Amino acid sequence: MKTASATHHTTWDNGLTLVAEPMPWLQSAAFTIAYPAGCRFDPADRLGTANFTCEMVFRGGGPYDNRGLIEALEELGCDYYATCGLYHTFFGGALPAAGLNKALRVYAQVLSAPHFPENQLEDGRAACIQEIQALEDDLGGKTALTARQRYFGDPYGRHADGDLESIEALTLAELRRFYDTFYQPNGMLIAVAGRFDWSALVEQVAELFGTQPPRPPQPPARQAGVRGYHHVAFPSNQTYISIAWPGLPYRDPDFYRLRGAIGVLSDGMSSRLFREVRERRGLCYSVGAHCYSILDQGAVFAYSATTTESAQQTLEVMLEQIRALREGISEDELRRMKVQFRSGLVMKQESCRARVNNLVGDLFHLGRIRSMEEIQQQVLQLTVADINRFLSEYPLNPEDIVTLGEQPLEVGREVPSTSA
Amino acid sequence: MKYLRHQLDNGLTVLAECNPEAYFAAFGVFVRTGARDESPPLGGVSHFLEHMVFKGTDRRSADRVNLELDEMGGSSNARTSEESTIYHAAVLPEFQNQMIDLMADLMRPALRDEDFETEKKVIIEEIMMYQDLPPYGGHELLMAEFFGDHPLGQSILGTVQTVSDLTSAQMRRYFAERYVPSNMAIVAAGNVDFEQLVRDVENHCGQWPAGKSSRSIIPAMPRGGFSSLVKENSTQQYVLQLAVGPASTDEDRFAMRVLATILGDDSGSRLYWELIDSGRVESAGIGSCEYLGTGAVMSYFCCEPERAQENLERLRNVQASALRGIQPRELELAKQKIISQILLASERTEARLFNLGSQWLADLPYKTPDQIADCYRRVTLSDVRAVAEKYPLATGFCLSVGPRDDLQPVG
Repeated sequence: MKTASATHHTTWDNGLTLVAEPMPWLQSAAFTIAYPAGCRFDPADRLGTANFTCEMVFRGGGPYDNRGLIEALEELGCDYYATCGLYHTFFGGALPAAGLNKALRVYAQVLSAPHFPENQLEDGRAACIQEIQALEDDLGGKTALTARQRYFGDPYGRHADGDLESIEALTLAELRRFYDTFYQPNGMLIAVAGRFDWSALVEQVAELFGTQPPRPPQPPARQAGVRGYHHVAFPSNQTYISIAWPGLPYRDPDFYRLRGAIGVLSDGMSSRLFREVRERRGLCYSVGAHCYSILDQGAVFAYSATTTESAQQTLEVMLEQIRALREGISEDELRRMKVQFRSGLVMKQESCRARVNNLVGDLFHLGRIRSMEEIQQQVLQLTVADINRFLSEYPLNPEDIVTLGEQPLEVGREVPSTSA
Repeated sequence: MKYLRHQLDNGLTVLAECNPEAYFAAFGVFVRTGARDESPPLGGVSHFLEHMVFKGTDRRSADRVNLELDEMGGSSNARTSEESTIYHAAVLPEFQNQMIDLMADLMRPALRDEDFETEKKVIIEEIMMYQDLPPYGGHELLMAEFFGDHPLGQSILGTVQTVSDLTSAQMRRYFAERYVPSNMAIVAAGNVDFEQLVRDVENHCGQWPAGKSSRSIIPAMPRGGFSSLVKENSTQQYVLQLAVGPASTDEDRFAMRVLATILGDDSGSRLYWELIDSGRVESAGIGSCEYLGTGAVMSYFCCEPERAQENLERLRNVQASALRGIQPRELELAKQKIISQILLASERTEARLFNLGSQWLADLPYKTPDQIADCYRRVTLSDVRAVAEKYPLATGFCLSVGPRDDLQPVG
């Protein structure tokens, strides 16, 4: 079995970090350039600024206009993206390895001197508006976003798309200001995985990004989220359900104990939610739960979608299964979870894109890169006694419930109703 | 990389692309049956049967099946289309024998009545889920309008009515007709021990009775037209259109994919510059869907309702622009993009499994991803011009879905 050679890692004085993991058995490479310019920095009355800025930056810079940029990337066979998240704005792609250095150069030229073309401002605005409108028709996605907004408050529950009013009001000067303030190297991450030459890479990144001056921003002010029950009335066939309770951030030493327990609840066809809600009762097609983490706080979200008549029973069975976790998990359940986890890790060895995402996630959340072996060890070390001790002390109380559909559901006394 | 093939006496095919360097082994059972093989009253039976396969056999309960799948880890799933049903799993190589034992057993499902009734509810939930998801059943409606009475017009999921009316006896009959060894292949890719695989398949499946399963590939008589499906609560308008395209065994399919990439890829295509870059639509694309004996090319976009009419005109212009000429640079960029996608996909064992299995489904000779890339390298400007003339994209059936009921056909 092939194993990855050690991950390379270097940080420049301006705060930029480059991390790269060789996967020499691949013919491809993937990369991401992550500026610490996420939507958490959107001004409160201008939600969507980071996303609109990303849209305009990608409309050309340096020697490239927007058409030239896309053609240059496509010439290299690069499957590219430019996207905005909570903490970062990401520019990257995956491509046949021979084009990696050229693709990085194209991006560097654009990112360091974007044109912000005035004649494309309205096109960019329209593109941002389309994204917001499309989300309106994605009822499951809308429920999940509402749940996250409520749980993490502002700005950490935000979605990068922002709102129509802000997008309509934003000016080119505001977008430029956002770029000038936040597209800077302090806290910037560049990750590469696949086939590459480290010494050429480090030299190139130093030349392209290593000398820009740092301008570390102040973290934004933070408002706590809300808890309770919230229903969004909508004449849909199905009722969408989201149940949230406290989780842990990735960096917490207990994170994998929680992740193991949630795996028992939700990973695979023998998981408790799938078995009890879908297999035994035929209540729904999709049901599950996942851990979600911002830097210093975590949550678990369980979700399902089911026809109006089955929604109440679905909610009740889900709550029952979540609460039953308090009683602990079994050896068999943990064993299955471990095999799934191990093969999931091995599967990532086939994909430089997946590994790039891991590298960025580790570096940002933990401040260091874990090898595949270390991640595997963290999970293989888990014991039932460990997880059960953790669960017995852990507040497995559903704190916030969001539903979207024809009728509100009966959530019981433990979760108060809120209109927020 | 080694391509190996074996056939059992009862007609079951075993084929594999073995790569001892791979991290994973992927296995699949490919069955030549899908929505096009259903009579209208049995609408949805192929897909329902795919669910029922996981409900166990005489040797295994449904719980046991789920436990065993999870005990092997990896990823496993199944899918049903117009003309195939595929069960697939990717696992660590150490689980090969266990996975083949399970997969082979699953192909002789118990189809118990009580499981049938519970699973029926899940299928109805799935149908309702798609009714809430854009384009709100529009794809099925368009296929039905375009193909008319041809079997490809059949919906994969069926309707709440056909699924509710279906009996387990009908499903058993359908199973007996379609899941015969000559209509199935056990396919493997990655780190696979082929000799062991053949031994195990002989062992588990050798006693399955031989049988014949036929499929009529009748010519399609696609229809033209325009209709609207009004969906008041939808925020966006969705426009979908089908025109005739090459079939899955047609040599034109390579040039057609190049043409579709030039005209309608979701990035860098003519449609991209016309509609997406300018923010006139949220998404748009043109892509080809190949079937046995016939094919279709789908064009679509999603946008604010007020702009839908104007965007439809722009889509028509882009489709018609194929006949006004293709630039050599457009051809080169499109080929580069497709070849690069093939290379990236070829690094994934599961993608290789699907490459292998899909070729068997269409009865095509085996080609490696590199050989397929060569087929695209060979596409010339005149090939692309020829498919543009042969398959006029602006014809066929167009469907508008969303709050508007007043969209007018264009062209």
